[in-house]
Amino acid sequence: MQQIEHSPPRRDPAPSRLNYRMHRLMLRPTVRRALRFGLPALCVAAAVGLYLSDQGRRDGIAMLVDDIKSTVRERPEFMVRLMAIDGASAGLADDIREVLPVDFPVSSFDLDLTRMRSDVAALPAVARVDMRVRPGGVLQVAIVERIPVAILRTSNALDLVDRSGIRVAPLGARFARPDLPLIAGAGAEDEIDEALELFAAAAPLADDLRGLVRVGKRRWDIVLDDGQAIRLPETAPVPALEQVIALDQAQDLLAREVQVVDMRNPRRPTLRLGESASERMREIRALELGDD
Amino acid sequence: MKDLYESQRAMRAMRRAAMQRGVIAILDVGTSKIACLVLRFDGPETFRESDGVKSLAGQSSFRVIGAATTRSRGVRFGEIDAMRETESAIRTAVQAAQKMANVRVDHVIACLAGGEPRSYGLAGQVEIEGNHVSEQDVARVMAACDMPDFGEGREVLHAQPVNFALDHRSGMADPRGQIGQTLACDMHLLTVDGNVISNLLYCIKRCDLELAGLASSAYVAGCSSLVEDEQELGAACIDMGGGATGLSIFMKKHMIYADAVGLGGDQVTSDISKGLQVPLATAERLKTVHGGVVATGMDDRDLIEIGGETGDWDLDRRTVSRAELIGIMRPRVEEILEEVRVRLDGAGFEHLPSQQIVLTGGASQIPGLDTLAPKILGQQVRIARPLRVTGLPQAATGAGFAAAVGLCLFAANPQDEWWDFQIPADTYPQRSLRRAVKWFKDNW
Repeated sequence: MQQIEHSPPRRDPAPSRLNYRMHRLMLRPTVRRALRFGLPALCVAAAVGLYLSDQGRRDGIAMLVDDIKSTVRERPEFMVRLMAIDGASAGLADDIREVLPVDFPVSSFDLDLTRMRSDVAALPAVARVDMRVRPGGVLQVAIVERIPVAILRTSNALDLVDRSGIRVAPLGARFARPDLPLIAGAGAEDEIDEALELFAAAAPLADDLRGLVRVGKRRWDIVLDDGQAIRLPETAPVPALEQVIALDQAQDLLAREVQVVDMRNPRRPTLRLGESASERMREIRALELGDD
Repeated sequence: MKDLYESQRAMRAMRRAAMQRGVIAILDVGTSKIACLVLRFDGPETFRESDGVKSLAGQSSFRVIGAATTRSRGVRFGEIDAMRETESAIRTAVQAAQKMANVRVDHVIACLAGGEPRSYGLAGQVEIEGNHVSEQDVARVMAACDMPDFGEGREVLHAQPVNFALDHRSGMADPRGQIGQTLACDMHLLTVDGNVISNLLYCIKRCDLELAGLASSAYVAGCSSLVEDEQELGAACIDMGGGATGLSIFMKKHMIYADAVGLGGDQVTSDISKGLQVPLATAERLKTVHGGVVATGMDDRDLIEIGGETGDWDLDRRTVSRAELIGIMRPRVEEILEEVRVRLDGAGFEHLPSQQIVLTGGASQIPGLDTLAPKILGQQVRIARPLRVTGLPQAATGAGFAAAVGLCLFAANPQDEWWDFQIPADTYPQRSLRRAVKWFKDNW
């Protein structure tokens, strides 16, 4: 017997109204872009946000990151084991070690070179400092020291000063550095260069020279051993000094009883005599003029 | 009259907007199939002045990027019969075309075959103001055309000025700027049943589409099937569809007459179905695969298995000779052609200088029609396929797509209709606001 096949009712090929609308919606450029890029981005953001919404997980991730950081940091390649100080005297090197309290070995990531450098540069005896971590785990500190050129006497202390007038170190006693000239007076440290020139010019008087005094922040007095003083002008003090030295060499001026050689006006040098000398002078004048 | 004017202008504005967006859909709602094409406009083509005529006669500015056809449902005689069915068929076609084009279309231009199109020839005459014919004079002469009483519930589908005459000179294409006194105008007016249009509008609206234009399928089939000289010298295009046969007469590149016969390929199918006692689907298959209209001696011996799945062996194993099939089909085709002949005679086709008749549409593909048609319609008959447009799939280049292709051309460059011209100034409402706006537009 033949089986009669009933075909199932044909499905309507037409899209439903909803299907049609959805299809048209999907064809909108904005919707298509949103589906292609926006939706995946949203899903990823949602997943990440959901995962990170737990405090424990966040802490775990932070710890993991810290662990990785510290393992990299503490590799032997990055460790600094010792500090080498170049160009510093022994006392300064001790000072530097004191201001850089670093416990070696330390990772080079933990060294704040900028701050350390500014710490070292703040030391008065340091003119310039370069710091770097040398391969091999050595912290290299290259120092250029300030060179003291004079001793500055203030009202209560003696200081070493360099050429630009900056105090390098305190000095216990004048005799500790007999090679350096002594200067004093307010504003003396600002004119170190001129003072050094004067010292160079005053080399013939070196044995008697005690120091230079800055007067009124404008001119120099040369003070000699037995209280003698040479007052120099504001402008061109060196020729005036040379003039005095020439006088001294020709006529032994300073060996006589002269208290002050006043060269403040170089065209009219003036002498102030000592007390006995001026007495004597008066007697001689009296003799010359005749007794009254 | 006013609201039609407004709605047609609105459709033109919509079409312009769609062109700007670059995508527009074509919808041919026929009795046997619904075709949807998606066109993309890439802007005006760039040709040098020296190129002369543009390629494809200027039709290459668009490209078909999506095409879909579906079996029509709920349409009879070119009119919508079951709204829901038609709506879902339109949805099927539009969705498939959109899918192929991978683009969303919002604007659609549709055509319809039914609705009892009626043609009217209108004439108007005015004295022109000033020496030269201005835009306003053209508007006034068209407004002066005496409107025939085309009856309640009918809508104007096309209103094309076909001829201008200035004083004693007739046959002008463009009278603007010419010197004369009396301007006359002939206009061709095509009306269809308003309900048919509003049903179609409703279906399209239900599909979330905006209507950007509406055309008679007889007219657009003529646009795509007639070659340029036929349109110029005068020809009739007969669009033999499934449920209706449209005819349009062209002269000087204008449609001067259009009509429709409510007979088509579906009647042939139903005749076969009744004559051979077979279902409609089988009859349709027999018609398209074995059909014909001219029998030869060979056809007597050519037996066709009818087939069937009723379960009755005697019924399912019947054979029919091809001559019998032709015998059923031929009278109906003859009837259609004779009906067309009557309509052509009624329109005065025999007075035209050239009497070319062009058959197109799905039903024109019946083998032997080129032998039968000259016997009824006269010697100058040819079977035509529509113009080839860029990007059209091979499956959609047949004669059945004449209206769809014509609609593409209509979308690309529509002919100027009444509503494309200026509104005559004296029909403005007395409120002077709009006039003031116009004054500003003209002067600034």
